[in-house]
Amino acid sequence: MDPILEILEHNAKACPEDIAKMLGKDPQEVRDTIKKYEADNIILKYKTILNKEAIHDYASDSNAEVRALIEVKIIPQRDRGFDSVAERIYNFPEVTSCYLLSGGYDLLLVVEGATLASVANFVAQKLSPLENVRGTSTHFLLKKYKEDGDILTAGKQSDTRLQVSP
Amino acid sequence: MKDFVTDTIKNLPPSGIRQFFELVIGMEDVISLGVGEPDFSTPWNICEAALYSIENGLTSYTSNSGLLELRQLISKHILKRSNVRFRPEKEILITVGVSEGLDLAMRTILDPGQELVIPEPCYVSYAPTVILAGGKPVAISTDPAKGFKLTPEELEAAITDKTRAILINYPCNPTGASYSADELEALAAVAKKHDLLIMSDEIYDELTYDHKHTPMVMCPSAAGRTLYFNGFSKAHAMTGWRIGYVAGPADIIAGMTKIHQYTMLCAPISGQVAACEALKNGAPAVEKMKTAYHRRRNFIVEGLNEIGLNCHMPEGSFYVFPSIRKFGLSSTEFCTRLLTEEKVAVVPGTAFGQCGEGHVRMCYAVDIEDIKTALSRIKNFCSRL
Repeated sequence: MDPILEILEHNAKACPEDIAKMLGKDPQEVRDTIKKYEADNIILKYKTILNKEAIHDYASDSNAEVRALIEVKIIPQRDRGFDSVAERIYNFPEVTSCYLLSGGYDLLLVVEGATLASVANFVAQKLSPLENVRGTSTHFLLKKYKEDGDILTAGKQSDTRLQVSP
Repeated sequence: MKDFVTDTIKNLPPSGIRQFFELVIGMEDVISLGVGEPDFSTPWNICEAALYSIENGLTSYTSNSGLLELRQLISKHILKRSNVRFRPEKEILITVGVSEGLDLAMRTILDPGQELVIPEPCYVSYAPTVILAGGKPVAISTDPAKGFKLTPEELEAAITDKTRAILINYPCNPTGASYSADELEALAAVAKKHDLLIMSDEIYDELTYDHKHTPMVMCPSAAGRTLYFNGFSKAHAMTGWRIGYVAGPADIIAGMTKIHQYTMLCAPISGQVAACEALKNGAPAVEKMKTAYHRRRNFIVEGLNEIGLNCHMPEGSFYVFPSIRKFGLSSTEFCTRLLTEEKVAVVPGTAFGQCGEGHVRMCYAVDIEDIKTALSRIKNFCSRL
């Protein structure tokens, strides 16, 4: 992968000037490359990763969300395979992630809702009744330990090194 | 009570780093570029292998020479990198870091008054271990204009009839200087001509950025007369595990093992198990850390040169050694004022030998955001000088 993408994937705030210094490139060249990646949909958007586990304990945030992983068995469509059914499902805003998998079921969804009841309603009223959905199995998420390479449970590790050493 | 401390110890100068360390203690909000170790934790697969070994009761002594499996893995590792084979049974010794290996080697090869040639600036323990072994360190001041590289002429000029060995460290702590295969062969040829032992400390070998590292043992003139020192601290982020190794001629390794068995007995077994895992499955993590250091090196060198601190591009390690000569301060004054006025800790070049005067060592094994903040503070400081 282009090192520019690799740096931005880990730190969306990295500015072209800093990236240029790190890679020994011209800042304008980095700016142009990033623009091209944005235009070509290689870079989709710049997001902030929140530790939602921590937000709930912070400033008495009462808007806790409920998340569920839902396994879905679907009937593939002639000529279109799983894609058209998947599209039907992932367009619901409640579905935050949707993966096609090999194995015992076909789609794995991450579904978010304000309450347990709202997620249950989504499954009962929107997802399960879909024509090509053969069955679902819902697992409510109790705790996130690690997500996308980031450990969420531990506090920020302090630097335990001696401040000056040989 | 009478004074029990020997004159040798009394006369041994304290480390310049230690003196500076005392200054930093207790200060808050300091960004330290004064460290000498990776900012990464040991990769989890290595830690986990050690945990598993402890759970399974691997808590005993090992052979004096170290676990045979580890010596076999090291032998393979050196063979792969240099095409030179060291026999695990007789020619490899596992030590408590490279530091112990150097100490053992000095005590094995030096009789009182014999000389060991050391290019400076260099790691702080080289000269003291020579003195503690009863030998005499002979420093060669390397030239900043030549990238702090030792030349065959400088080496030739330092050799006397008392010279036993030369100790070379590349990539170098503190300068980051390294050598090509031809440059190494030219130095080895001088050593061969005078029948000297070559001690080659290559602890930073994996952290070579612009070319492939050439192990000294690959040089034809160095064959059979080289002690090759390496370890796991830097490349695998394992400083606290204290595992190093020495590979070299069987008679010298046997001598070193004799001292090691009476003084250390063996390196800690958990660290040795961890080192086995590092050699078996550690390469991807090393590559990842190296990429991070490489980018930080480019970043800090460009940043320092923008500020006006003349900084050559180091070929390896994780240090830069910029010149502060133009400000007219000694390197200790520069570092002390930078610390007290801007709370950035860097190490005076003189801690690594007198020829380090006019330079400071900065470590870039530090998060890039901290390097940015440190550079901005250094810029403020320099603008006032």
